[in-house]
Amino acid sequence: MQALLHQIFSGLANGAIYASVALALVMIFKATHEVNFAQGELAMFSTFVASSLINAGWPYWGAFVATLAFSFVVGVVIERVVMRPLQGAPALNTVVVFIGLLVLFNGLASWIFGHTMREFPSPFPPAAWYGSSYLSPHEVGMIGVTLVVLTIVFLFFRFTRLGLAMRAAAENPHSSRLVGINVGWMLALGWGLAGALGAVAGMMAAPIVYLEPNMMSGVILYGFAAALLGGIDNPWGAPLGGFLVGVLENVAGAYLVGSHLKLALALALIIGVLLFKPSGLFGKTTVVRV
Amino acid sequence: MTDVTPATAPLLELREVDASYGATQVLRKVSFTVADGGMVALLGANGAGKTTTLRAICNTFVRTTGEIHFAGARIDRLPTERIAAAGIGHVPDGRGTFKGLTVRENLRLGAYLRRDTRETASDVEKMCAHFPILQKRMEQQAGTLSGGEQQMLAIARALMGRPRLLLLDEPSFGLAPVIVQEIFRILRQINRDERTSILLVEQNVRLALDLVDHVVLLETGRVVASGLPSVITADEAVRRAYLGA
Ligand SMILES: Nc1ncnc2c1ncn2[C@@H]1O[C@H](COP(=O)(O)OP(=O)(O)O)[C@@H](O)[C@H]1O
Ligand SMILES: [Mg+2]
Repeated sequence: MQALLHQIFSGLANGAIYASVALALVMIFKATHEVNFAQGELAMFSTFVASSLINAGWPYWGAFVATLAFSFVVGVVIERVVMRPLQGAPALNTVVVFIGLLVLFNGLASWIFGHTMREFPSPFPPAAWYGSSYLSPHEVGMIGVTLVVLTIVFLFFRFTRLGLAMRAAAENPHSSRLVGINVGWMLALGWGLAGALGAVAGMMAAPIVYLEPNMMSGVILYGFAAALLGGIDNPWGAPLGGFLVGVLENVAGAYLVGSHLKLALALALIIGVLLFKPSGLFGKTTVVRV
Repeated sequence: MTDVTPATAPLLELREVDASYGATQVLRKVSFTVADGGMVALLGANGAGKTTTLRAICNTFVRTTGEIHFAGARIDRLPTERIAAAGIGHVPDGRGTFKGLTVRENLRLGAYLRRDTRETASDVEKMCAHFPILQKRMEQQAGTLSGGEQQMLAIARALMGRPRLLLLDEPSFGLAPVIVQEIFRILRQINRDERTSILLVEQNVRLALDLVDHVVLLETGRVVASGLPSVITADEAVRRAYLGA
């Protein structure tokens, strides 16, 4: 029982990372109906930037905020420079560009920062009072940071004029333009926010998985599984999916499939959801009359 | 047929506007004006190009050539959102409500370009006075509204932007006659009280002729007649083609 509880709690901690990644994926999907395969590599690159800032003597939280800003700008620039000219292009072209971005950022990171694994610090000291036998301080911290970030994102979309405009632009670009919304910029902002969310995931994951160019390859798969499980069209479901996948991964890894097959479990989840419940567990059921 | 030239400069002027969807040209050399404070009906059979004309004005969906002037400035090369900002509200064909958002959010979006928070709030109340059903539906998703309710929401949303010119694409579509009467009464009131100019596309020709002070007749993408409603209805050929009399 004790062991099971332990698996569940640390699953929630991993789930926090998947939740951020999943929400980033959903954010871009809602606006463009495209899945950003490069999301993980962008997050990895952001984490390297954070690492460089910290090594250069920046305090952790200063580097954290600067990295969010950097990732936001990178997201915006990618949308403006790379994605925008592709508007209306066949889906396959877009997929190829996403894969190109993935390879590009992976290569850039290897070239600039090298292949050796780096330690990445946690801002939560190992002996902090909020640690326990179930969760290390870093695990508690990453759940906390994720919940704070998710809350801010939801308050932004729910209560601000800009957040409302972004939702409108994602739902109905034509009507949005008719009321004066610059839809192109809303997409770019969405990319920026997704970039920043990914960076949070990367910086929270790095102390656990170590920092190296392929650090997000597993995480992004779980992120996809989480987004699909929660409903790729549903920003409320995605983070829930993230926590759920984290727990499933850990519990199944410990009791069912063993740690070697954990990633295969993510794939099985993805396929299972696509086959049986394409709108996800929490997929929105909106009543629409015509 | 006489054309009445307004004494003041027109609020909206189309000069030889062509419009096409890809390779399909729909509008050919369309020219007409809407006077400041005027109410114009754009009439014509199904497929004549009425919706396309409104789209051309807002630069959405169609590619246009020719010139479109609004309030003294050329707008035909502006992106849609800048045309909205210039003061044109559009109740599009098919209503275009944000179905996943609440009625309140739809109204807030109508006022997206306005910064006068307090007046915006009082305009929401005004819309509820015009369309009481919206008050009852305020926190519901727009997609759960009936077709008629969504039409009212679409009109209210456009009015929330306090446009100088309101484009309406078949606002009576799918509505019960009483509600249609009510909507036309509100349009008349807005035109009188706020001096909002109106360009109306309407299937219900008699109702439209009763409201407006100027008519433009379209036939397969061309303007074939234009003038006072009384002059238009006096034309024997027009009566037979469009009024069923
Ligand atoms: N998206 C589109 N692509 C191609 N042709 C279109 C499109 N929309 C309308 N058309 C064509 O343009 C013509 C005019 O349509 P429209 O402006 O909708 O007419 P109306 O509103 O007067 O009924 C019709 O022949 C229609 O088939
Ligand atoms: Mg039409």
